[in-house]
Amino acid sequence: MKLLKSIAILGLASIAGGVNAADNLTVYSYRQAFLIDPILEKFTQDTGIKVDVVFSKNGIAERIQREGKLSPADIVLTSDFSRLIELVKKDLVAPIESDVINHNIPSQYRAPDHTWYALTKRVRNIYSSKERLGKLDINYEDLASAQYKGKVCTRSGKHPYNVALVASMIAHHGEVEAKQWLSGFKANLARKPQGNDRAQVKAVKEGLCDIAIGNSYYLGKMLADPKQKSWADSVYLNFPNQANRGSHVNVSGMALTKYSPNKDNAVKLMEYLTSPIAQQAYAEVNFEYPVNPQVKPSSLVASWGEYKADALPIYKLAEYHQAAMKLLDEVKFDL
Amino acid sequence: MSTLSIENVSSAYDGTVILKQLNLALNQGEIVALLGPSGCGKTTLLRAIAGLQPVTEGRISINGNLLNGDGVFVPSEQRDVGMIFQDYALFPHMTVAQNVLFGVRGLSKLERESRLDEMLTLVKLEGLAKRYPHELSGGQQQRVSIARSLAYEPDILLLDEPFSNIDSQVRNEMMLEIRQILKQHNVSAVFVTHSKDEAFVFADKLALFHHGSIAQYGLAETLYHHPKNRYVAQFLGAGNYISVTQADEFTVDSVLGKINSTTPLTFNKVGQVVGELLLRPEQLQLTLQDDGNGTIVERHYVGTACQYWVEVGKQRVEVRSQQLHLNIGQNVQITAQVDPMVIF
Amino acid sequence: MILGLTRSWTLAGYIVAAILILPLLALLVQATMPDEAVFSHLYDTVLPTYIYNSLILMLLVCVGSLLIAIPAAWLIARCDFPGRKYFQWLLLLPLAMPAYIVAYVYTDLFDYAGIVQRTLRMLFEWQGPHDYYFPQVRSLGGAAIMLSLVLFPYIYLLARTAFMEQSSSLLHASRVMGCGSWRSFWRLSLPMARPALAVGVALVAMETAADFATVDYFAVPTLTTAVYDTWLGYGSLAAAAKLSTIMLLVIFAIVGFERFARRKQKLFQKQTGIDESDRHVLNGSKMLVATAYCSVLLLLAFVLPFVILCQYAVDYFAQSWSAKFFEYSLNSLYISALVSALCVTISLGLVFVRRVSPRRMDTVPSRLASTGYAIPGTVLAIGVLVPLTYLDFGINDIYAYFDQKGPGLVLTGSVCALVFAFCVRFIAITIGSIENSYKQISPSLDMASITMKQTPTNLLWRVHLPLLNKGIFAGALLVFIESMKELPAALLLRPIGFENLATHVYQYVSDEQLELGALSAIVIVLVGLIPLIYLNRSLEQKN
Repeated sequence: MKLLKSIAILGLASIAGGVNAADNLTVYSYRQAFLIDPILEKFTQDTGIKVDVVFSKNGIAERIQREGKLSPADIVLTSDFSRLIELVKKDLVAPIESDVINHNIPSQYRAPDHTWYALTKRVRNIYSSKERLGKLDINYEDLASAQYKGKVCTRSGKHPYNVALVASMIAHHGEVEAKQWLSGFKANLARKPQGNDRAQVKAVKEGLCDIAIGNSYYLGKMLADPKQKSWADSVYLNFPNQANRGSHVNVSGMALTKYSPNKDNAVKLMEYLTSPIAQQAYAEVNFEYPVNPQVKPSSLVASWGEYKADALPIYKLAEYHQAAMKLLDEVKFDL
Repeated sequence: MSTLSIENVSSAYDGTVILKQLNLALNQGEIVALLGPSGCGKTTLLRAIAGLQPVTEGRISINGNLLNGDGVFVPSEQRDVGMIFQDYALFPHMTVAQNVLFGVRGLSKLERESRLDEMLTLVKLEGLAKRYPHELSGGQQQRVSIARSLAYEPDILLLDEPFSNIDSQVRNEMMLEIRQILKQHNVSAVFVTHSKDEAFVFADKLALFHHGSIAQYGLAETLYHHPKNRYVAQFLGAGNYISVTQADEFTVDSVLGKINSTTPLTFNKVGQVVGELLLRPEQLQLTLQDDGNGTIVERHYVGTACQYWVEVGKQRVEVRSQQLHLNIGQNVQITAQVDPMVIF
Repeated sequence: MILGLTRSWTLAGYIVAAILILPLLALLVQATMPDEAVFSHLYDTVLPTYIYNSLILMLLVCVGSLLIAIPAAWLIARCDFPGRKYFQWLLLLPLAMPAYIVAYVYTDLFDYAGIVQRTLRMLFEWQGPHDYYFPQVRSLGGAAIMLSLVLFPYIYLLARTAFMEQSSSLLHASRVMGCGSWRSFWRLSLPMARPALAVGVALVAMETAADFATVDYFAVPTLTTAVYDTWLGYGSLAAAAKLSTIMLLVIFAIVGFERFARRKQKLFQKQTGIDESDRHVLNGSKMLVATAYCSVLLLLAFVLPFVILCQYAVDYFAQSWSAKFFEYSLNSLYISALVSALCVTISLGLVFVRRVSPRRMDTVPSRLASTGYAIPGTVLAIGVLVPLTYLDFGINDIYAYFDQKGPGLVLTGSVCALVFAFCVRFIAITIGSIENSYKQISPSLDMASITMKQTPTNLLWRVHLPLLNKGIFAGALLVFIESMKELPAALLLRPIGFENLATHVYQYVSDEQLELGALSAIVIVLVGLIPLIYLNRSLEQKN
């Protein structure tokens, strides 16, 4: 009986431990906690509001939906726009009215209905081998061109970054043409899609392929890592489609949950995240482009040069998200 | 009033009838053997008495207390029976002392100790109280299990083939020893065995089982000499069955010639075949005689006696004889001494 | 059996079994829900490939494991060569290695950028990938090899025991009748070991089906990863549940095959084993081949990955040796201990009822409860979340009815869901080991006990429990190591923000930086070694 009793006590204790204290803010984050921890610590210092960040690579929207009105989440941080759109589509977020945020974030980087806000911009770049190709003036369309047969590397097509890129191709060219392009792209792959963006740069360094697609900030991260610096040094970063519509830009962002238990404090945190000080930190830590126009990118990011961004509004991409997923399955991009 | 009374007990399991309308009564201090080949239901009855086997019909009572029947079912743990198993069922993680005292309850520490001593003395295992079962010989384990089942003074002792794992060299001695213990304590016991020899040595009465019913119940001698049917006769010993014709009130005719009965025969069928006469091998005598009615065709020496196969006419009969000098091929005269005559 | 056993035992058994089978039922219900055509889209496009990959992977891993394990088992059971005594248990070590760790290490070695291909390029002055052919590590075949390397010990263990239990007299008979040892092996030993091999193959197939991390890392989409993607990528629980039922069909087919093969096991089991003196003493080249075979196998499946893992851990020690590392370790230990204790307690109750009950219906609960083992973690997660979410809402609705503030997500928001899922998945292990221990306890002990006026509970405490302690301990240990290793269920069911060693290591594997998680991986492996050594010791004692 003693055994049973101690099991019961352990079980109860674990339940108590699993439920969050009510006063704290809870952030569900698709972004790794270490990226935002310093910013949040500063926020806690300034306001006295404690923040619990819980990180998950996957399934946050699904989770909030299931948790419904019992969800402890106040804010969701995402690493790309499709997750924001998913939250909106599933009716899991609440619009907010904040002059501070509206002042800090230009209108093309927030939802017209105030359900979500972008925090940073990230360009989908094409890396080229310094040794074998040099700097390129390249378009996304060229990824399907025969001259790169067997020379292209990418991560899984189903990754949100790539899905967004495919969605933008559909937006510009229509589904039929986009599918042709995607098949051509697949035919050019040096290997089956695998790994993350970093691994693609590494593959270029090793000579497995000559060009790879990847977000620009990965280059910054690699330069900062002693082991990976040589990979980064072996490639040029090219902003695609500069001669025409501009490079595809994705955003990381945030949204207030529909059933947030602490709406007021949550809005305070969201305002803080758009403030110059937080935006600066974002820009420095993760080599991304801040959305707040008062904040400049880090010097390293600035050294990659100016670029022209695709003018297509972010929320437009949302309309083609599902179509992009299906297209990827149809051409069996990852298989 | 009998200690154990079994009335019209039937048992079925998985749709198969195992016991059919059994009746059995046992007096205080009596030892009864349930005898029969494997699968005849004798163990089932033993377990039914212990409450380990469901009974579909009938009544079981001990000392007048109804245990089974009329909607009553007393669980095993409230029946106050002792049981001894083929594998002794000693608890391997307990010492001899712990095993023996397992079922003893409501005694003070001092009383428990004296009960233990008493029991160990009874089964001659003094000084082994601290041993574990695996440190004992088979015979010693058997005695521990006896001590254990007597220690809590059950109303009745049930023994399930308790001697089948004992070396045949010491089995007889062991049985007599335990029988003496039971008699000394006036314990009533039911004993299951498939061996008639064990039953003869250990039990007062035999209940011979046949397909879930009792073929015959009574003293061992009665069953041996007055079997009710051929099954009983065959189970308890070898026998020759010889077709006989009634000659007169006291005599029958057979291939062996005329055979006399001391009591008058019950048939009135002079000149007619009345059946087959049971002749046990030791009921026949052989005399060496050139014009005898039989010829020896096989001879086996079995120690104190010889087993002969004798051809008489077209029939072969088995004879057990103290005469050891007869040889194969010799002619012999066979005579029969039967009292009373058992004819099927 | 205890005829007087009250019905409350039966009722309790059925309630426990119903709770444990609930996820399976919930899954089936969920699979009938509408899914906005996600499933039919998958069906039209990638599903055939997923199924093909899953089936081929299972086939390859089973064949691979058999090919590796049978010679090893035969050498250990029937031959004598230097080191045999050590290889006997050393060859079990790979079981403690999670497949995805082995996969990571070998990718690091054999990938295009790995040391092997770099060296080859340097030696032959090849310029690029088009100058030579080298098999892809990250492929279906690669995954099959990795999984075979860590799963073969299941078959090895069972085959070894089977070979050892085959009696010497049978082999002598075969020898006398003119069969050489090679022919005896094919005509006698192998067919007699078939039931054991079937059990091993079924285990391997189930483990393969449940694997998530290896195929995910190798970008080989299978049904398991498809369930994960469909749920979290498409956000369709119903479509994921539909995929899951396909997977369950495959798995129950395997279980059926195993049952069928085991049908004859009794026939083959012999009490007398092989004598020490009947082992072929290998000499000369045969001895070298035997020793080399076992050494290379051990090296590839355990030593090499483990050494590399240690190397990573040393290089990145400063980053890994942190408060987080201790937190994750504690989480793992605590969850595993809790799950082991629960599994033991519940299985003890279920198996006890089954043992002593006179009612045939009482065999059902322990059978039902054991089905969880066949359900892969990803699939199980769906089945667990659905009913627990309903329960959570129910609990809060009750609070709301009384105008109280509800406790929130007590079940799905805490480790409850995780612990429950682990219990469902692993209780079959403790049920199995306790059942096996029960077989060693003569039923007459039960009868003796109850005729001596003991209640059923007394029988359990005074007689069964002390005699079952070894089986209980072995079962608890196995559940413990499985709970340490189990990844997909932990990944999907952990309370948000909760990490244990397995999820922590997986995160680094998927980020291609296992170096940082190596320390945690080593802890998983080391904890896994303890039960293996114990298991082997108790097996040896039996022999």
